Amino acid sequence: MRLPLWHLTLASVRNRGLATVLTLVAIALSVTLLLGVERLRNDARSSFANTLSGTDLIVGARSGAVQLLLYSVFHIGDATHDVSWSRIDALRTHKDVAWLVPLSLGDSHRGFRVVGTTADFFAHVQTGNRQPLRFAAGRAFEGVFDAVVGAEVAARLGYAPGAKIVLSHGAGEFAAAEHADKPFTVTGVLARTGTPVDRSVLVGLAAIEAIHLDWQGGSRIPGVEIPAQFVAKFDLSPKRVTAALIGLERRTTVFRVQREINTAAGEPLLAILPGVTLDELWRVVGVVERVLLAVSAFVVAVGLAGLVATLVSSLSARRRELAILRALGAGPGDVFVLLMTESVLLAVAGCALGVACLWALSAGIAPWLMAEHGVQLVPRFVDQSELVWLAGVVAAALLASVIPAWRAYRYSLADGMTVRM
Amino acid sequence: MVAASRTVSDAAVALRGLRFYWPGAKQACVDIAEFTLAAGERLFLHGPSGSGKTTLLSLIGGVLRADAGSLRVLGTELAALSGPRRDRFRADHIGFIFQQFNLIPYLSAADNIALPCRFSPLRAQRAGDIGAAVARLAGHLDLPSELLARPAAELSVGQQQRVAAARALIGAPALVVADEPTSALDAARQDAFLDLLLGECAAAGASLLFVSHDLRLAGRFDRCVALSDFNAAAEATA
Repeated sequence: MRLPLWHLTLASVRNRGLATVLTLVAIALSVTLLLGVERLRNDARSSFANTLSGTDLIVGARSGAVQLLLYSVFHIGDATHDVSWSRIDALRTHKDVAWLVPLSLGDSHRGFRVVGTTADFFAHVQTGNRQPLRFAAGRAFEGVFDAVVGAEVAARLGYAPGAKIVLSHGAGEFAAAEHADKPFTVTGVLARTGTPVDRSVLVGLAAIEAIHLDWQGGSRIPGVEIPAQFVAKFDLSPKRVTAALIGLERRTTVFRVQREINTAAGEPLLAILPGVTLDELWRVVGVVERVLLAVSAFVVAVGLAGLVATLVSSLSARRRELAILRALGAGPGDVFVLLMTESVLLAVAGCALGVACLWALSAGIAPWLMAEHGVQLVPRFVDQSELVWLAGVVAAALLASVIPAWRAYRYSLADGMTVRM
Repeated sequence: MVAASRTVSDAAVALRGLRFYWPGAKQACVDIAEFTLAAGERLFLHGPSGSGKTTLLSLIGGVLRADAGSLRVLGTELAALSGPRRDRFRADHIGFIFQQFNLIPYLSAADNIALPCRFSPLRAQRAGDIGAAVARLAGHLDLPSELLARPAAELSVGQQQRVAAARALIGAPALVVADEPTSALDAARQDAFLDLLLGECAAAGASLLFVSHDLRLAGRFDRCVALSDFNAAAEATA
């Protein structure tokens, strides 16, 4: 039973219980934060990239690519122009186009955007890893005044199939006038996707035309009121839409079709590849995540500084201990190794505790995060990239602990077998 | 191996023309023309504080390196050894007992006694079954076995000194160096401790270099010398 060096380390660490525990907690929390931010960053990025899948092109009036993506997919901001229905309808018959889903935006319901579209929306729009939309309850809209609501709309406002809703003209806080004369009936609720679809109210294109029959230029035509039961007498075929999602027969033709649309004569159109523009957008948003990562790296540095401070401040109290070890035959090198072992042990234990903490935390908040923010955080242990981070933390601890270890080395050279203070 | 090349006639410690200066000091702290501790001899070295005795013991232990002269311990010229070799030599062949604060406070008494075996495979080998060796030494030094599992910090000063003696003796080092080991003890316990220490050293055949300022103890030893008699530098630093 030769007493191993780590036994000495363990006993010594145990002896300085409270300081050690506090240091350990500081390291564990900083590791939790670092990995948590890194994980959230990756998950947010993949949630973001998975907002729309299976769509090859988005077409709208000519503006910026990011702007088109923002208003058509994320429902952020408004289109500066819309597109005439004839242009969009013509694209539907293009030989390379497999399907086309028009989008007509501009109305809202209690803060949620209303999307005028066709039943093809439910057949072709995919999210995540090419997952089609599913109905949690009910079915797609059929009649003019039918509506389908996203999961979050249903959850927030307590809607189920059969509920009556009233749409408002315009979007956001300026949704002043209501289309109160033409109420809608909820026919279906979509399953949660973690995308802006959850926050949408989907109606047919004809419905958009119908509620605006007695409107012109953004306000009600004075004296004209067309009750809901008479709208069928009018021509409800769409005149203009905001954008369209396009799926192609063969993905290989995407650049050719895009160029064709972008260079076509007549009404100026813009076709974008959603994946490419999503990446572009993420690069803008990504600055924030990199700042977050830098902040959490600093927190780790603070944790390690705490480790070094604890060790250094304990050193003067341990000079006797080191002198005794020296008399027993420990070389200054042994003393150096003893101190290094101690901080690496603390760093490794801190990392392990931090990972456990993160696991418990992510298991706890994952459902809430998904429900409230649509960010999918998968509780998991550690993956390879996180192991690299952890190794980095331990390496940094190793590097930082050279300071106390070197001081201990100097002490043991100067003190020898007796403490001279 | 150092131990194997040793002959019986070798002195435990032999100094000749030894001189040591603390860094930056103009005067030597230790300046000894000649001093010998014979093998198996139990020597009382009288030295008040400031006479350079701690420095001398650090030199003999190989923690400090002499600036001039010859320093042979158990037949080995320490000046010729590198730092790590001197550390290993100290671990293998010398047992130390200090005035107080001898023990690692958070280790058990048993772990404290066994500690030299951690740094010296040779002493571990000589001790054989370390658990049995600890128990045997503890028995000789009147340390109850239930005390051995307790942290050293919980022991009385007298018990701590006996644990320190057991630690100095485990693995049968050829030289035991004691620096004022009894000054923290009262008179009755001083005698009892000295009995145990002298008896154990005799039983193990170890040479004992016992340093103290308390001349009342000197009569129990083979020989008594005053450090100031042969350390030419003593008065300058006192």
